[in-house]
Amino acid sequence: MSAIKIKLRENDLKQLKEVCESFNNDPGELINVLHKAQGIFGYLPAEVQEVVAQELKVPVAKVYGVVTFYSFFTMVPRGKYPISVCTGTACYVRGAEKVLDEFKRILKVPVGETTSDGKFSIAGLRCVGACGLAPVVLVGDKTYGRVAPDGVKEILKEYEDK
Amino acid sequence: MEKMKIKIDNRVVEVEEGTTILEAARKIDIDIPTLCYMNLGDMGIEHKPGGCRICVVEVEGRRNLAPSCATDCHDGMEVKTHSIRVLNARRTVMELMLSDHPFECLTCAKSGNCDLQSMAIKFGIREVPYEGEKSTYKPDTSPSILRDMDKCIMCRRCEKMCNEVQTVGVLSGINRGFESVVAPAFERNLDHSECTYCGQCVAVCPTAALTEVDHTNQVLRALADPTKTVVVQTAPAVRAALGEEFGMEPGTLVTGKMVAALKQLEFDYVFDTDFAADLTIMEEGAEILGRLGKFLSGDKSVKLPVLTSCCPGWVNFFEYHFSDMLDIPSTARSPQQMFGAIAKTYFAEKIKKDRKDMVVVSIMPCVAKKYECTREEFATDNNPDVDFSISTRELANLIKRANIDFNKLPDEEFDGPMGESTGASVIFGTTGGVIEAATRSAYEMHTGKKLEKVDFDQLRGMEGIREATVDFDGFPLKIGIAHGLGNARKLLEDIRAGKSEFHAIEIMACPGGCIGGGGQPLHHGNSAILKARQKAIYQEDAGKPIRKSHENPSIIKLYEDFLGEPMSEKAHHLLHTRYFGRARQIVIETDVKEE
Repeated sequence: MSAIKIKLRENDLKQLKEVCESFNNDPGELINVLHKAQGIFGYLPAEVQEVVAQELKVPVAKVYGVVTFYSFFTMVPRGKYPISVCTGTACYVRGAEKVLDEFKRILKVPVGETTSDGKFSIAGLRCVGACGLAPVVLVGDKTYGRVAPDGVKEILKEYEDK
Repeated sequence: MEKMKIKIDNRVVEVEEGTTILEAARKIDIDIPTLCYMNLGDMGIEHKPGGCRICVVEVEGRRNLAPSCATDCHDGMEVKTHSIRVLNARRTVMELMLSDHPFECLTCAKSGNCDLQSMAIKFGIREVPYEGEKSTYKPDTSPSILRDMDKCIMCRRCEKMCNEVQTVGVLSGINRGFESVVAPAFERNLDHSECTYCGQCVAVCPTAALTEVDHTNQVLRALADPTKTVVVQTAPAVRAALGEEFGMEPGTLVTGKMVAALKQLEFDYVFDTDFAADLTIMEEGAEILGRLGKFLSGDKSVKLPVLTSCCPGWVNFFEYHFSDMLDIPSTARSPQQMFGAIAKTYFAEKIKKDRKDMVVVSIMPCVAKKYECTREEFATDNNPDVDFSISTRELANLIKRANIDFNKLPDEEFDGPMGESTGASVIFGTTGGVIEAATRSAYEMHTGKKLEKVDFDQLRGMEGIREATVDFDGFPLKIGIAHGLGNARKLLEDIRAGKSEFHAIEIMACPGGCIGGGGQPLHHGNSAILKARQKAIYQEDAGKPIRKSHENPSIIKLYEDFLGEPMSEKAHHLLHTRYFGRARQIVIETDVKEE
């Protein structure tokens, strides 16, 4: 095999290197570095993982292993408004599945994917610690409690003109 | 260290603090079955992830069963290793594992040599009561290694070898739960990773999830083709291990039987890679002395140490990870490739054949050799110097298929001229051997004196990194040895940091050297087998009438008739190579406009 070339924009590379450096390029901080990187790019494409691997001196396979292990990390770009439906036990027994189905039906994308206009993405999530509000939906940083399937349309409406 | 007493199956055993239940049981010959566990004690490699749960035992006062490989003993502990509860649990674990395993045992490459199969036999499994989803994964083929992850049981031994022992870092556990699998980054195929093809993952895989690419059918086709002259070469380490495939004790030398078997398989010429190993010493030895001489005379353009370059896994490793140091390894090709180059020129001329009508087959203890013979620089007009490389295991398979009663074969001799070899070439098969062989010849070439004693005991052993100083008539030659790529990395990093004081370093990718190669009969976690093979290699050396490469009459004649002298232009063309930097590069993408 000839050498693998990883292409990145200069500014992205600079930002990423700064993130790694802020954690002293410590391999033990891999998860924190990835967390920060996802905060910047919205997702963790292969190129980003390659740079993190090189900076922290860990094999890129290991980085990929961590990214695919934790459901928080994603390799596909998330929407401008990422939707997370909690499917933890409390939310699940109070109908979270049906709420999730309704989002999928209206937006026509499966869990883990993003609408073609890049506006919304749907993700399942295990317990946000607000079980009293079950079922809980997060859109970006905003929390919606006691969501019923017929309330889904209304939530989406809020983002219609944004 | 504190001593403690524990009771296993009503037998008392005294152990030190930190001993696991499994180790304590083995101390008093109580057998607890294991599957994911692996202990190559002599190599300092221990793998106890406690993942498969086959080794569970009942511990008095503990609610759940304990994995014995990963549970430490404590004083007064009482353990039962085969209570009904334990046996039922183990059986259930096996049944669940088998419920997600393809039932292809009859045609599986590992049939008869599979740890999972042995365990199913041991447990007397006659049916699998569970039915459910089966994990499926794309098959991955590379020049050397096949991955069929449907057969993976997630023991993660391969991951251990790839990451911790070899520090190659290509294989990692990815995803989670039922989806989890061991794979290269981004689930690319091995040939799109920095895999060195050392094959240590293959050597420890309990099932057929990781196997070598099988080239036996191509070899049989070549043998059956009347227009082809088929020449075979056998690597030094093969003769010290092949017998194991036929039920012989580890460490049984089968050189003569191996030659007889190859003749029965109707190879036209049965030659020895050892011949080419002697040739390697001529070239590498001359190179070491040349570089050393220049260095000592103050030539700043010369770098030391000289690194050996016989091992293709090692060559891949430094091309990927040390591409800033490509001028350090010797330019000498590996014996396999030297053999191919000479067979298809010098020998082809001798027997008046065109290289296109010749097929060169190599028998190697290695899977990286399969990749090596596909490298473009080792071909002339798309005709490779070595056509097919098969492993020791594949040769055993060919012999069995031909129904040859190996154990009863008479000893036969290699053909001439490329079958003549010295003791120096035989020890190429073990860690420390290449540098010892080089030392024997370099000493005599450098000092002009005859060696009193050709055995350099200070270069022998099994420690991962060794160093020794050899007195070259007043000049202390500092030699380093590493086997296992993780150990090699340490020496390489010292060189990069300018901290290395060695003049020459021998590196072999596999723990133990070629005797522990990825293409050898499986050791099933028993490192005593590698020691026995090493002993056999030194025994073969000691029994050879000629033990220094430069005294090999066929090699002397080869230089007289064909090559001229070591490092001559012809020798450079046929016997030396160059290396390619293959480190990952991060490049700035300029064609995308910034927002």
